[in-house]
Amino acid sequence: MHFTLNGAETEVDAHPMKRLLDVLREECGLTGTKEGCGEGECGACTVLVDGLPVVSCLVPFAQAADAEVTTIEGLGGTHPYQHAFAEFSGAQCGICTPGMILAAIALGPDPSLDDIRTGLAGNLCRCTGYEAIYRAIQNA
Amino acid sequence: MKTATTTLDLRPARTLDEALRILADDGPRVPLAGCTDVFVNLHFGTTSDHRFINIWGLDELRGISADGGVLRLGALTTYTEMIRSDVVREWLPAMVAASREVGGVQIQNRGTLAGNIANGSPAADSLPVLAVADAVVILRSLDGERRVPVNELYTGYRATVIRPDELILAVEVPRVEGTQWFRKVGTRAAQAISKVVMAAVRGPEPRIAFGSVAATVVRVPETERCLAAGGSIDEAQRVLEGEITPIDDVRSTAAYRLRVAGNLLRQWWRETE
Repeated sequence: MHFTLNGAETEVDAHPMKRLLDVLREECGLTGTKEGCGEGECGACTVLVDGLPVVSCLVPFAQAADAEVTTIEGLGGTHPYQHAFAEFSGAQCGICTPGMILAAIALGPDPSLDDIRTGLAGNLCRCTGYEAIYRAIQNA
Repeated sequence: MKTATTTLDLRPARTLDEALRILADDGPRVPLAGCTDVFVNLHFGTTSDHRFINIWGLDELRGISADGGVLRLGALTTYTEMIRSDVVREWLPAMVAASREVGGVQIQNRGTLAGNIANGSPAADSLPVLAVADAVVILRSLDGERRVPVNELYTGYRATVIRPDELILAVEVPRVEGTQWFRKVGTRAAQAISKVVMAAVRGPEPRIAFGSVAATVVRVPETERCLAAGGSIDEAQRVLEGEITPIDDVRSTAAYRLRVAGNLLRQWWRETE
């Protein structure tokens, strides 16, 4: 099946009901996308599909056909949020970080604190208490 | 938790016609829309379904429009689309309020109105809004179209009159006269299933619907009649307490739900004076 992965045309042969999360990690070798709860509650596996954040644990691979998928690897380690999360201690254990950053990117430039809180309400973090994450995004 | 996919059978559908043909000739199959319920049930072993049809790509089931006094919401309309729609905000602001409280942004981007209807949870956030709006669910099969009022769709816990060969095509909502109101009470604002959810319309004929207080989302006609006849809110609350049948479960208790349902009724009445 064909889709665009981090800007590259990609063909993957996998079961259409395989979770996009598993396709990314196992077929594509991109382990930056993390599995947390596996039931769409925690947001750790968030990726962008056609620019919108989705939880990849609830997307069957068939529904990624011909879509543009962006994972944390697609940012190349150079996105301002990636630096800011490190600088402002927005990342501690790191499991939630890729999902947090991708959900934050979907908010567009200079989101307000309210927008950040709402936009990241589907991303759980058990380390930071969220304040450091909000600081990172606002200071990026 | 990862599910073994080898036993799962997914058929793609490129057009509505093809989907209806597959359901008629090769059913039953569970339609896959945004997958936010189906995949959870599948991964946690709470469903024995293993035959599916992918309808996510069917553009015939998308779109929001208002024409001739009717708001039409395509089956695959997502919560995000409803939140962003000026038309929905004008016609059905309670649905915008409900959509904002479904899951988090990631779920709002995939979850669909028809998915919420077909899943039929008594805790579904959009259903009390559709119930007070007297929405009509349009079903399509190879035999043609059926129009079923949402208030006649459910026959019991997660049971509907939708036949296995039918797909939800769209939902139609007539113009709602009066002030719309929505409130969900849950553990937290995002990602929580409701303990009690209520939608209501304050107008010439008050309309009230509750979720999580019975086997299905319910209108409470006796409470509505009490208020329409000029009864006090105290009287209406007593009628309501006899009209709903909440249970104890993992999310809450019957006693708490009864109390909160009454409180919500009073809050609505107070706030829409």
